[in-house]
Amino acid sequence: MDKDEYKKLVKQLTPKENKGKNAIIAFLVGGAIGVIAEGIANLLVHCFAIAKTESYLWTCLIVIFVASLFTALGFFDNWVSKTKAGLILPTTGFAHSVTSAGLDYKRDGLITGIGANLFKLAGSVILYGIIGAFFFSILGVIIYG
Amino acid sequence: MASLKFDNVYIKDSFSIAGPLESEGKIRKYDLTMDDYYYQEKTFLDAEIRMQKVVIDNLLYKNKMAKKIDVLIGGDLSNQMTITSFSAKNFEIPLLGVYSACATFAESLLLAATMIDGGKMKNAITMTSSHNLNAERQFRFPIEYGAPKNGTTTFTATGAVGAIITNEESKIKIEAATIGNVVDFDQKDASHMGAVMTPAAIEVFIKHLNDLKRNAEYYDVILTGDLGAIGSTILKECLKTNYGINLKNHMDAGCEIFLESQEVYSGSSGPVTLPLVLFNKILKNPKYKRILLIATGSLHSKDTTNQKKSIPSIAHAISLEVKA
Repeated sequence: MDKDEYKKLVKQLTPKENKGKNAIIAFLVGGAIGVIAEGIANLLVHCFAIAKTESYLWTCLIVIFVASLFTALGFFDNWVSKTKAGLILPTTGFAHSVTSAGLDYKRDGLITGIGANLFKLAGSVILYGIIGAFFFSILGVIIYG
Repeated sequence: MASLKFDNVYIKDSFSIAGPLESEGKIRKYDLTMDDYYYQEKTFLDAEIRMQKVVIDNLLYKNKMAKKIDVLIGGDLSNQMTITSFSAKNFEIPLLGVYSACATFAESLLLAATMIDGGKMKNAITMTSSHNLNAERQFRFPIEYGAPKNGTTTFTATGAVGAIITNEESKIKIEAATIGNVVDFDQKDASHMGAVMTPAAIEVFIKHLNDLKRNAEYYDVILTGDLGAIGSTILKECLKTNYGINLKNHMDAGCEIFLESQEVYSGSSGPVTLPLVLFNKILKNPKYKRILLIATGSLHSKDTTNQKKSIPSIAHAISLEVKA
């Protein structure tokens, strides 16, 4: 059996992922999270007399809290895996990755378990987020002065 | 020669525990089923250790063989095979821990058969287990993390299986075995195990047929474990185009545990898959007299996958004969 021929055969017999469908699901779910968050922000402004700029901060906290709570209650992983990138890209994904790692490693101790593994998945988001922010802010200064 | 023939090795008894999802799948009848993944323990690791312990305890008790077992051969998927060692410390039985991923049970059968046929030992227990959530943590993501999976992924089965291998005659004879080489066909996708392990299955299968001068029709059933649905298609296509073998009597253990409605993508995987199907489906059906097991294992770790190395695989073949 030839390796290259085998590779071709595997490619031919492996069903293709429907990327279009995945993208549409992710777009609709991610968009829905945005709409819900906007609703929460408006609610905060109108019912609790919180300033508009501050309301977004509170909304973000609420979304993170809810995603973490749902993860801890044990059903959020099914939602995340079925909605493709829909729940991963918003803050819900970040919260989910941190909480799930925390839950998983709590038995390995506070330092060697939770401490060392909490940002196992989210670590790269933080690192490249900070590096990205650094370069974009330099770019911002150059362009806008 | 990598193929061995045995004259005097038999399977006396077996005991299986299946997880909560598995017991609602295609095979409804196992010796024991678990209601939840914790199995009355605090961690999943402890649950799997307990599963193995219950299997050995039951085998010893049912057959009244507490002091008669010469060796325990088995393994699991955890780092440093801790689960097997931690369960074996509860018994005064010498242990040989073995690892060849999902081919672990076949490897232990093969070793036990060789020792017993050589006359060095009389009775052995072979055993393996896997736990979906321990495997997820070992090979994939934290347990509660819901990563989107593609259709080629397999779902690690939860369960533990043990068998007593002996030189006393019984209905099931271990007749021959072929030890496989490690092969690497440059497959790098750890979520497509079927494609990784198929070349190993083909290699050992052809070697087995050539060594023993048999053809594929000699066997009533050829049970591979666990290539999954997509892997099975690749296996059949490869055998047809490269060796002109039209495999009709094939069954894959990965496709026999879960129902399609249970959403397990390409099927079941894990070292326990093959023995669960063998002891609870194949050997319960009197129509299968000559059985060929081809157990396949993918020999990667998280590190080798992260470093983008291609995944080697192994397969061992074991021929069983069932007397009426």
